[in-house]
Amino acid sequence: MMHAGIEAELHADFADFSLRVSLSLPGRGVSALFGPSGSGKTSCLRALAGLMRPRGFVRFADEIWQDDAKKVFVPTHRRAIGVVFQEASLFAHLSVRGNVEYGLRRVPPAQRRIALEQAIELLGIAPLLDRRPQTLSGGERQRVAIARALAVSPRLLLMDEPLSALDIGRKEEIIPYLERLPHELDLPIVYVSHAPDEVARLADHLVVLRAGKVLASGPLSEVLVRLDTPIRLGEEAGVVLQGEVAEHDETWVLMCVSFPGGRLWVRRENLPLGAPLRLRVLARDVSLARSPHQDASVLNVLPARVEAIGEDEHPADALVRLTVGESALLARITRRSLARLDLHPGQTVWAQIKAVAVLR
Amino acid sequence: MSAGAWAALALSLRLAAVTTLVLFLIGTPLAWWLARTRSRFKEVIAAVVALPLVLPPTVIGFYLLLLMGPHGPVGWLTQQLGWGLLPFSFSGLVVGSVIFSLPFLVQPLQNAFEALGDRPLEVAATLRAGPWDRFFTVAVPLARPGFLTAGVLSFAHTMGEFGVVLMIGGNIPGRTTVASVQLYEFVEAMEYGEAHRLALVLVLFSFAVLLLLNFFGKRKR
Repeated sequence: MMHAGIEAELHADFADFSLRVSLSLPGRGVSALFGPSGSGKTSCLRALAGLMRPRGFVRFADEIWQDDAKKVFVPTHRRAIGVVFQEASLFAHLSVRGNVEYGLRRVPPAQRRIALEQAIELLGIAPLLDRRPQTLSGGERQRVAIARALAVSPRLLLMDEPLSALDIGRKEEIIPYLERLPHELDLPIVYVSHAPDEVARLADHLVVLRAGKVLASGPLSEVLVRLDTPIRLGEEAGVVLQGEVAEHDETWVLMCVSFPGGRLWVRRENLPLGAPLRLRVLARDVSLARSPHQDASVLNVLPARVEAIGEDEHPADALVRLTVGESALLARITRRSLARLDLHPGQTVWAQIKAVAVLR
Repeated sequence: MSAGAWAALALSLRLAAVTTLVLFLIGTPLAWWLARTRSRFKEVIAAVVALPLVLPPTVIGFYLLLLMGPHGPVGWLTQQLGWGLLPFSFSGLVVGSVIFSLPFLVQPLQNAFEALGDRPLEVAATLRAGPWDRFFTVAVPLARPGFLTAGVLSFAHTMGEFGVVLMIGGNIPGRTTVASVQLYEFVEAMEYGEAHRLALVLVLFSFAVLLLLNFFGKRKR
C-alpha cells in the first residue's frame, strides 16, 4: 500500500522534559511545528532527520526510517532529506559553489530531480558562487544553505528555525524564497518555528507543541479556529485566509482578494491579478450584526453563519466561530453583546471586518 | 662537521620522519575517538596518552627496554615473528619515539577535532556523506591547522629526544646514534668545536621549523 506524508511516534526523556509525540503530517505543503523553546519541536525535527534517535517509529511516504520494533534505523546520510539549520553552518573550507555542490556530487544522477542551476536560480545566489562563506551577510549565507539543501534533490525538506538568527530586514529578504519553494518544487517542508508571523505566512498544516506534547494538529485554518483549546499565533486570536488578487480599484487604492467563500477589500498592493496571498483577520477586528448596515464605515461586511461560541481569555468576552462560505472566521464580542443579539449556533449574521492584514 | 655528526643528523631526521608518519596513522584515530566519545574510559585513555609529558624519558626507556628485551613479552613476540629483538635497532627507536611523542600529536589534534563541534558533521550527513566521507572531506580540512601543529610538534620533539633513545638504542654509530646522543658524546670527549657546530645546526633547524609553523598558521587565518 502506498502512503503519503509523514508518520512518527517519538518518545524520549531528557533532563528537563520528556517527549511524547505522535505526528501525522501531509505529504505536501508546509507543515509548521510551532511552540515555545523547550516544547520539543527541534527534537522532533532532529528525529525525522536521524540526527537524534528517540524511541519510536518514523515513516516517510513508503519508506520506514525508524522502527524500534524491527530494529530499523536508517542513518541520516541515507534519508532523502535536505536540512536547513538555524545558523547557516556553511563549510568554511569550501567556496559557496563548493558548498552547494558538496551534497549534489553525492547524489546519483538518476536521483537528481532538482538541477543545480534551478537551486541556484531559485535562491538567487548565482552572483555569490565564487565567494568564501566568511564574506557573506547572514541572509546570503542562509540562502546558500537552502540552495545547498535543495541541491541533493530531497524528497522532504526540514527547516529548523531558518530565520531566527536573522534581523527583520534579512527575514524579509528570505521569506519570498521560502514561499516559492513548496509550489515550484512540489516538495513537502517541515518547518520548525516559534515565530507567529512566519507560521502565518508559510504554514499550510500546523502542529502546536507544548512541553513535549502535541497540543493541536491540523490544517492551519482549522487549528486556528478551535474554541476548546484556543491556539493563538502571537498575542491575538485570529485566522489566516488563503486567497488571490481578484480586482484592483485604482480610484480608492484598494484591491479585492477572493478567498474560498467570499471577497475582501484591502489596501492596494503592487501584485498582479491572480497572485496568491494570505490575509490575517484577528478576532478583535471582527464585529457582528443581525442586519447589514449600509451606514457604517466598515468596508467589508460578509454574511456568515454562527458555528460555535466559546470562552475567551477575559470573562467579559466571548469568541464566536463563524463560517463564511468554506472559510472560518473568529469574532471577539462582549458577553453582553452576545446576550443582546441573542446569538446561538446555526444563526445567520453579518460579520463586519474592520481590519485585514495582508501577509506579504 | 665531521662525518659522524652528519650521519647522526641524518639518522635523527629519518627517525623523526618515520615517527611522525607512524604517529599520524595511530594518533589520528585515537585523537578522533577522544574528541567524540562519551565513554567513561575516555579520561583514563587521555591520562595514559599524556603520561610521557610528565614521566622522565629514562623511565619510559627503561620499561620499553624490559618489554622489548629477550625476556619481555614484546621481545618474545618479535622473536616468534622472526623480527629479532627491537632494542639497539632503528625499529626499536621508532617504537620508543612514537610512545614518547604521542601526546604531542594527539593533544593538538584532539583539540582541533573538539573545536569543530557536531554541526559541520551533521550538515555533511544531511548532504549524503557517510562517516568516512565526513571525516576526510569535512573534519580533516577544517582541522588542518591542528594537523600542521601536531605534525611539526611531533617531528621537532622526536628530533630533540635523548633519554628514551639512549636507553633503547644505546650509542651505535650509524644505527642508533642520533644527533642529541652524538652531541652528548662530543662533549664527553671534550670535542667542543664539533659540539658547537652540531648544536648550532640543531638550534637553527628548530628555529626554522617554528618560524615556518607561525608563518603557515597566520597565513591561513
